[in-house]
Amino acid sequence: MNLKETKWFMVTLVGKDQIGIVAKITTILYEAGCNLGEASMLRLGGNFTIMLMVNSQASSEDLEKLLQPIADNLQLHLHIDAIDGQLHQHQVPNVRVSVHSADRAGIVAKVTTVLAEAGLNILELESDVGGNETKPFYIMQIEGIATLGLPALELALQTLFSKQPDIEVKLEPIETMVM
Amino acid sequence: MAILDLLTYPDVRLKSVSTPVTSFDEKLHSFINDLEDTMRAGPGSVGIAAPQVGHFERIVIVDVSSKRKIKHHGRLILINPEIIEWDGLEIGREGCMSVPDYTANVIRAKTIKLIAFDEKGIEHQYDMEAYEARVVQHEIDHLDGLLFLDRIVSRRNDLFRRKVYK
Ligand SMILES: [Zn+2]
Repeated sequence: MNLKETKWFMVTLVGKDQIGIVAKITTILYEAGCNLGEASMLRLGGNFTIMLMVNSQASSEDLEKLLQPIADNLQLHLHIDAIDGQLHQHQVPNVRVSVHSADRAGIVAKVTTVLAEAGLNILELESDVGGNETKPFYIMQIEGIATLGLPALELALQTLFSKQPDIEVKLEPIETMVM
Repeated sequence: MAILDLLTYPDVRLKSVSTPVTSFDEKLHSFINDLEDTMRAGPGSVGIAAPQVGHFERIVIVDVSSKRKIKHHGRLILINPEIIEWDGLEIGREGCMSVPDYTANVIRAKTIKLIAFDEKGIEHQYDMEAYEARVVQHEIDHLDGLLFLDRIVSRRNDLFRRKVYK
């Protein structure tokens, strides 16, 4: 028997949240012989968002033919990319940055720009808006790798804070212990 | 010197509950030596529990002295360890020799009071905090058949809690 080579795809689905989206999509993929890798599935502002690594012998077109009908049925936007990615390539973060502020305008841009200049490689960023419509607040948590060391990031955030004292920023090292 | 084979998840034996040590004899000492060699062979490893090498007795070795600027008791052999007091909660990132290529955030008590026997069978009491307390809690979980995979917290939940309790 000649086993066909499998390839990795990034499947993105976005649409109105409803019960059963994940079950329906993953069942169809499973029944078609696809394997799943890393995934992020989140509700963002009433929309459900799926980013899913799919491993398959199929082509990108075959995968689209498989998923398009269910995506249409669930009113989800579907996007498929062939990727170079692999499993087992986790990078371990060594720093966490927590930010909160009443002022939303430009906060992600300002904070991530100074952090990038100071050598932060972001592995994960999550942000949310809390409070209410008249008094919203913005909260963000970033985990990443300080490629130029922690002091460089500290200095960058201090400089930002001196210009924008209304942004609360906390920087803490993450030490991962193996045991 | 012997480095023992590690059980790795999803090996179901990691779910076994280990039994207390009853005799503090030569056999125990020689096993502890091998267990320590195995821990030292793991890069960056600061603790190990006997069930990780398929030996289901309540034996733990901890040594966080390589970490900077923290309070610790150095190299510790902890036999039949029991946590008698917990205080505070803290999120920290953990990895495990029995769970390759995966790390995650786990909530643990910040400080603990621990009773354990040493390899000679003498009872000691320890007050521990931060990293050392975290490692001991992780290792005692191994003795009870639990992995840190059973205790992962999501950062998104953490964000959400802050929002609710503003
Ligand atoms: Zn472990």
